[in-house]
Amino acid sequence: MSATNSPTSGPGCPDHDHPRATAPDPTDARHPAGPPPRTEQWTEQWNELVTRALLGTDRRPAHARDGTPWGPTVLLDAAAVHAVRRRAGLCPATAGTLPDRAPEDPRPPLPPAAHRRLAQLLADRTGGSPGGRRGTAPDLTELIPQWLAAANRHGYRAPAALLPPLLDAARARTDLRPHALVFAGPRGRWLAGQNPDWRFALRDGAPQAALRGGPGGGADPDAVHALWEEGLFTERIALLSAVRLRDPDAARDLLAGTWSTERAEDRLMFLDTLRAKLSGADEDFLEEALGDRSRNVRATAAELLSTLPDTAFGRRMAARAVSCVGLDRRCGGLSPNPGGPSLVIEAPYECDAAMQRDGVVAVPPTGKGERSWWFGQLVESTPLAIWSAKLGGRTAREVVGLPVADDWAADLHAAWCRAAVRQRDQEWARALLGVPTAPPSDTTGTDSPAERSKLLATLPREERASWAAEFIASHGLSEAFQLLGVCAVPWAAPLGRAVVDALDIAREAGSYPWSFSGVMGLAERCLDPGEADRLEVLTTTEDEREDASPGAGGYWSEAFQRLVSTLRLRAAMEAELEATGP
Amino acid sequence: MLLSHEGESARTTDPVGRAPAVPADAEAARKRAERRAARITDGARELEERLADLLRSGLAAAGQSGGDHWEETAARMVDSQAPGLAARVRELGALPSSGPGWPVRMLEECGLLHLLNTAWLHRDRLPEPLLATVRTRVGLPSAPVGPAVRDRWQVLAQYDVPDGKIVTRRVWLHGAGSGRTVVLLSYGSGGRAPERSLPVGAVLEAELTPHPGAGRRAELGPVFGAPEPAPAPPVGVSPAEALAGYGRALGEDPWSQRQPVVLEAVIPIPSAGRWQLADEGTGAALPIAGDPRSRPGLWRLGALSGGSPVTVFGELGPRGFAPLTAWSAGEDDGADRREGAGPVETVVLT
Repeated sequence: MSATNSPTSGPGCPDHDHPRATAPDPTDARHPAGPPPRTEQWTEQWNELVTRALLGTDRRPAHARDGTPWGPTVLLDAAAVHAVRRRAGLCPATAGTLPDRAPEDPRPPLPPAAHRRLAQLLADRTGGSPGGRRGTAPDLTELIPQWLAAANRHGYRAPAALLPPLLDAARARTDLRPHALVFAGPRGRWLAGQNPDWRFALRDGAPQAALRGGPGGGADPDAVHALWEEGLFTERIALLSAVRLRDPDAARDLLAGTWSTERAEDRLMFLDTLRAKLSGADEDFLEEALGDRSRNVRATAAELLSTLPDTAFGRRMAARAVSCVGLDRRCGGLSPNPGGPSLVIEAPYECDAAMQRDGVVAVPPTGKGERSWWFGQLVESTPLAIWSAKLGGRTAREVVGLPVADDWAADLHAAWCRAAVRQRDQEWARALLGVPTAPPSDTTGTDSPAERSKLLATLPREERASWAAEFIASHGLSEAFQLLGVCAVPWAAPLGRAVVDALDIAREAGSYPWSFSGVMGLAERCLDPGEADRLEVLTTTEDEREDASPGAGGYWSEAFQRLVSTLRLRAAMEAELEATGP
Repeated sequence: MLLSHEGESARTTDPVGRAPAVPADAEAARKRAERRAARITDGARELEERLADLLRSGLAAAGQSGGDHWEETAARMVDSQAPGLAARVRELGALPSSGPGWPVRMLEECGLLHLLNTAWLHRDRLPEPLLATVRTRVGLPSAPVGPAVRDRWQVLAQYDVPDGKIVTRRVWLHGAGSGRTVVLLSYGSGGRAPERSLPVGAVLEAELTPHPGAGRRAELGPVFGAPEPAPAPPVGVSPAEALAGYGRALGEDPWSQRQPVVLEAVIPIPSAGRWQLADEGTGAALPIAGDPRSRPGLWRLGALSGGSPVTVFGELGPRGFAPLTAWSAGEDDGADRREGAGPVETVVLT
């Protein structure tokens, strides 16, 4: 047989990997003259060959017309002819359902260098550096959130080919999701709809459609209502959050409409969406929620009410709290402040039904006394302005400075901290934070790192940075991590300098850099990239002093090299995104 | 399947490909070649016996007995200095565990292997181009012949196929003037990547010398100037035309499993089972070979398309199409030129 035999393709196709087409291609010039063999015959022959090959010619012999038995070689000859014929006769399959087209994305494409950088950041994500946070190379995965935020600030469109790794990264890390999904844009959502692995990206899809489907691109009230009534829980919560941001009252009305039919755990989640854009208009609804069957719902409603100024709830709580706190004007005696007045606390003796209705939890956690537990809850829900009125017009700082009798100071101050954070009261936050340079023995401010950082978060960004800088300059880095976490990025110059100086002091003191790895990591991400040149001097390894820990100098210089190279990388990334033109 | 070696031998001739012209050496070389051909002939005969035994006892029995004896046969083919036959035998051994429908695939491959053995054993009766193809398929090294072709070559794809200790790098090029599509092969061993790397999507002015036969292999000669970005995606065909072209190519090389094809204006259809590349107008489609999970690049293809037609280059074989590179739709119709749309994007899918 010759391999050049032109294989014959009949109309239609044998049954193989490519599904059969319905019609032959009329332009196919490979039909020999005369009637072509019928496809059915070819298929029949092939199927017979396969059967015989499976069973073996010993068990299933066949004979040619003249009676000679067909051995395996004849079978192989036939198989060769058929194999080439079947391949040459392949026809296209019938296309499945075409996907919809992705909506247009009018945003401009990334500059080429930024495009390459993103590819590198996403490719590095899976690699992971061996041996954890060591060596001098920047940790690229930690820079992805920053890069995405910057790209969104510039309003770029994500490159199509990088959408798969971008969605994979967002799937693995929830902290990337908000920025990643904005950046991925309409094509990212379209792609996520094709792959079940990326379903997370669609959770706000239906709500977005309902909110844009109306006339003129606005909300479509019918679609919103239909989705609210019939949607999945995740869709409903996304819808409620989205509506809340556009029209707070409409969101509350949606929720009020179905409130009584929702399950307790859903009510809790829905109630939580009202945190955004909370205002006095929500008071009646929240007041009603205080009567809820679920204790968690009641507690959340109370907490939300306590963040609003001038509510009936606040007045009720204030009346209870104020009755527990007295001003002792006697001088001397047992008072811790011989020269002046002090506060005397008389905590509640019971937690009555009215208190419980207002969200006070009756049973304390293990190890906490009932009365101090109730007292703390009353004070944290009381509008802070009351105290000034009650205590002779003293300022927040003066009130906080008052001595407290009988070891009640910690409870009272902790409750005030929670109140200041809830009510975002800057004057009280400053008073409770106290002076950043105060020695540890000074008890006017709070001494809990968690409370400090929450209070600090209520202050304007410059003030946050300078307070943290002064605190670090006086107390070093051991309690600074949470404070740094609430400071705005990039760090203001004084804060950056304070952190670097503190790291330098720690090095001088002979400790190892990994004791400060948390702060180091933050510094890599948050220091102003412009500081890189000033830090260069710290990357050298100094001669070891006798009292230094062995090898510490080398590790420090490595850590500072990584800091500098990360800062340079961040500067480069920002410059790449700034680039204009092709 | 699609990423098999097709008998391409890693033994290359000297870079220029000229046979050394020293008479004494020529005589020795001729003797060596004769000895090797005799060995291959022994190997092909032995393989024919193996295939006959297989069909006497039946594929079903072979499917139960595992692939060890195929491994042994493959080693015998390596000893016979026929690496092309050895590679095909190894693939044959893997087929019984390749999922439903394997007997059909196994019989096809047995038939084609038998065809190759037969062609080698009767090579004195083959016309020249087919003889060259058969020599390459059994694994004999070939040398580039004939005049060099100077052209502007567009780099369509570059990818590496690991095979034991050796990595084969395949680079597909398309000549704008000659219209030829050729493949450059280079090798890396000991875990190192092959040296030469060409930028996919670029165009370079260069001379290439083709190898004989239907294998489309060529050697890269001198390159003139630096690679430039290609002005446009390559021109392509529809799925139906691609299959017709594959059919014609089988006439010259019945063992071809990797026909280079540029598909124009096809829409990828994602699916959990098997992706397709569809021609929007006719509803004809090519299946993408293999399990989608083994081709992570497919989602890049889907993302690039966004449900709109794209140009895709890849290799077409009996099990479907293996996409290697894709280009976003060109903005040739100025009517809907989008604001802010960049130049054509080239995406590597391997």
